[in-house]
Amino acid sequence: MNSPAAASISILPDRRDSIARAGEAGNAVACDRGSLAGSVTQRACAFCGSRVVLYPIADALHLVHGPIGCAAYTWDIRGAQSSGPQLFRNSFSTDLQEMDVIYGGEKKLGRALRELIRRHQPKAAFVYSTCIVGLIGDDVSAVCRELSAEFSIPVIPVASEGFKGTKKDGYQAACDAAYRLVGTGDTRDISDRSINLLGDFNIAGESWIIRGYFERLGIQVVATLTGDGRVDDIRRCHGAKLNLVQCSGSMTSLAKRLERDHGIPFQRVSFFGIEDMSAALYGVATFFEDPLLREKTSELVREEIERLMPELREIRTALEGKKAAVYVGGAFKAFSLVRALRTIGMRTAIVGTQTGDRDDYDQLRAMCEPGTLIVDDSNPLELAKFCLEQDVDLFIGGVKERPIAYKLGIGFCDHNHERKEALAGYVGMLNFAREVYASVMSPVWNYTPRRALRLRTAPRENEE
Amino acid sequence: MKNDDCRTVRSRNPGTKGAHWHAPATEVRLFPDILHSAFFILHQAAAPPEGSLLMIPAAEFPSAATNACKLCTPLGACLAFKGVEGAIPFLHGSQGCATYIRRYLISHFREPMDIAASNFSEQSAVFGGGANLKTGLANVVRQYQPRLVGLATTCLSETIGEDVPLHLREFAETAAGPVPPVVHVSTASYRGTHMDGFNDAVRALVEAFAGTDTIVRSDESLSPAAVFPGMVSPSDLRELKRLGASMGIPFTLLPDYSETLDGPTWSDYEKLPAGGTSVSEIRRLSSAQMAIEFGRILAGAETTAGVVLERRHQVPLHRLGLPIGLRETDRFLQILSRARKDECRADVHSSGRSRCAERPNTTLCILPSGAGGLELPSDLALERGRLIDSWVDGHKYVFGKRAVVFGEEDLAVGLTSLLAEIGIVPVLVASGGKSGRFAGTLRAAIPELDARTAIRESADFSTIAHEARQLRPDLLVGNSKGYGLARELGIPLIRCGFPVHDRIGGQRLLHLGYAGAQQLFDRIVNALLEDKQTRSPVGYSYL
Ligand code: SF4
Ligand code: SF4
Repeated sequence: MNSPAAASISILPDRRDSIARAGEAGNAVACDRGSLAGSVTQRACAFCGSRVVLYPIADALHLVHGPIGCAAYTWDIRGAQSSGPQLFRNSFSTDLQEMDVIYGGEKKLGRALRELIRRHQPKAAFVYSTCIVGLIGDDVSAVCRELSAEFSIPVIPVASEGFKGTKKDGYQAACDAAYRLVGTGDTRDISDRSINLLGDFNIAGESWIIRGYFERLGIQVVATLTGDGRVDDIRRCHGAKLNLVQCSGSMTSLAKRLERDHGIPFQRVSFFGIEDMSAALYGVATFFEDPLLREKTSELVREEIERLMPELREIRTALEGKKAAVYVGGAFKAFSLVRALRTIGMRTAIVGTQTGDRDDYDQLRAMCEPGTLIVDDSNPLELAKFCLEQDVDLFIGGVKERPIAYKLGIGFCDHNHERKEALAGYVGMLNFAREVYASVMSPVWNYTPRRALRLRTAPRENEE
Repeated sequence: MKNDDCRTVRSRNPGTKGAHWHAPATEVRLFPDILHSAFFILHQAAAPPEGSLLMIPAAEFPSAATNACKLCTPLGACLAFKGVEGAIPFLHGSQGCATYIRRYLISHFREPMDIAASNFSEQSAVFGGGANLKTGLANVVRQYQPRLVGLATTCLSETIGEDVPLHLREFAETAAGPVPPVVHVSTASYRGTHMDGFNDAVRALVEAFAGTDTIVRSDESLSPAAVFPGMVSPSDLRELKRLGASMGIPFTLLPDYSETLDGPTWSDYEKLPAGGTSVSEIRRLSSAQMAIEFGRILAGAETTAGVVLERRHQVPLHRLGLPIGLRETDRFLQILSRARKDECRADVHSSGRSRCAERPNTTLCILPSGAGGLELPSDLALERGRLIDSWVDGHKYVFGKRAVVFGEEDLAVGLTSLLAEIGIVPVLVASGGKSGRFAGTLRAAIPELDARTAIRESADFSTIAHEARQLRPDLLVGNSKGYGLARELGIPLIRCGFPVHDRIGGQRLLHLGYAGAQQLFDRIVNALLEDKQTRSPVGYSYL
């Protein structure tokens, strides 16, 4: 499709090596580096990463130490759910003022913690450092130690100064913080068939769906980190026999430490899409080396898939051959999405991530069809250019990508932490397919100028 | 499943579906603070003298903000820059702030929101961000070819004390090709709210450009009025333009994001959406026939865009409240009407023929409280008449109802004014802003306010919720952030202002003018009726 705009959007020279095509020779996708100054990166900061990971711990107090913005923008916007306490959904901030910045914010932090702990009686408190705090050099750890002793609850600093890096670095800081809880709880009543779910955040109740599958197989889920999370569960999660790590970027480091210190092996999994969900269940069955469990698993998988298939088949017929663009935070989600799209007959024409690494991009290149564009740390202009060039029918991303798609008359599916639709598990696959179907097949696109133009110029089918 | 900490929702509508998935809406738990309540009762008993600058220590827990009722300064600046044609906002600091701000704005406007950043790394935080700023500007210019770069600082660059003007000079000197103007506004969040960022950016634009027009204009046409609308919706901006056109006075709005943030779907990608006030229009503001700046709180600020025009370029300045509700709209139109009469008198003088006499299309409206008459074009007069007629039709549904209003100070003043004039009692008016003028301004502007109205500035939602629970309001008026409280109290929330990210159409909400008052009134009445209907065991379909 000829688009003057697509042709006029130039890729900044320093970004060219971050874009590649599957099936073509070329260097590895350049990645894992800071965003180019002045590019409108879709990436967030380290603080954002930490906040995403720890946020769902429902009975903890989450205090953002810094000026108001960082806390205000993260107030109750995520879809993570709790079956009990709702404390986590509040946005607490030290709301630093000029005088605090000049004279230091430690005193205010201490006071704020004291007031809030008294008021809310949390099981633990996390104190997030933002950029400013890193700069003015508050000794956050010292304040936390003091308050910890005073209230006899863990008060844990999270080294999440935004400028220290991208979301990925924030994940690391969050894992470090969460790990301070691990190993402090009672593990006596934990069964031999037990697992932890790492890197699932109970967006729209997804952890409950996954837990349900394992419970049906007689496997105890000790802790979910951090979806519908509880401080006491995390304290004793080292008693589980196996860790399942979803969303590779965010919690792998915690899994590695659990392996190193407590000898718990881990498996990387994804709960998105039929293939990946089933692989995760079979992986666990294999781990426990029990033929009966394996049988039960096959039964569950068969049952669940049978339930989905009639509708999925219908959707697939409608969507067959349509093209999608995928731009998400982590690479593991991208892998799953490429496969899930295939399940509903769609081809991935563009795939990119904010924080993928070299191996991730190599794998994407290998699994995608030739010609698929692969991109690291993209920006709105590039994404628009690619969408026009590849003429996609669907965009999968987060809220920041949505207007790019809509303005160009392209369907959209939200696959971010803010979504309120459960997309994990088998039922999630159906939700995903329905959402994609609803967006791609909507008649409204016919009225958008770009599509209307295409309909006019395209040779009409059925016309002889 | 754990329910240890679960609280029951105090909803008048129990058993709504999804109750299992949605946790109780309680955003903040109530821990009655005896002292505070005592203070509150005292305050209620003694009405503050009208117009007094009564400062009320609002925060229950002064060292921490729980669920802020404000956003950070750069957000406001970015929004203002979006209202200039071909402008791209640029944040000097870490990318995280830009990303959060973009996402927040997108959730309300549902439009592309490209905001560049110098993307500080740890090194730039330690050694200064000059290099990042210059590369960043070069890259953004190359990619977007903007007509203007609106540069706002973040807490980070402010704190390390970046010499932005120096960096900008260096950038201009060493740039390879032509570079667009860069307007810089200092926006440290620990020094204000998003409203300050917005107003400061508008002022920076006027300071940078007004009076720098090099082209000599010979056309005799009426010079436009400069209108500084404040942070209102795209629909509001369009309404202002309509009012100006109807009154025969062209407006230059600054900012004007009525198209850039509420535009049609595209036939091809637009790097920077069309629309906005052009830089050359801003240049010509120095010769505006008058300037109108909305916001009674802003009117107390020392230097604003309007003040700059007045001081430097002798443009007569009118500082008015946001034209929300009947009275404030009347006041605004009165200014326009007088301006038109001035023009008309000049006509009489030069041609010996009065156009006034030939204005059969105008109607004289009688203003309340003996404030005289207001000559309006007949279509506007009709609109005004219909508004009052609807108020008569619906007055009983709203009279004596108790409302909690929250949001930016100036918006809250406007909304409270509307509520008071239709007979609703604002029992609490709260804002996260802290001008120090909130209570005084409200009481001076709205004669109906008495001891029943508590006023809180520098408030967060924990304070608002805490007080609202004791005040038994019938409705909340403010942005989406009040939803949790509305749900907890089981009362309707009339969504106004920004952000509205739990409904579609935040950009199309109309607050200003008679049309805005009409929309607000209808929405308020209908919300109250719906609430009544839902709670009625009978389920009347005829009210
Ligand atoms: S650091 Fe300052 S500018 Fe950035 S989000 Fe936080 S408050 Fe806003
Ligand atoms: S980059 Fe820094 S200041 Fe900005 S949102 Fe992230 S932590 Fe806050």
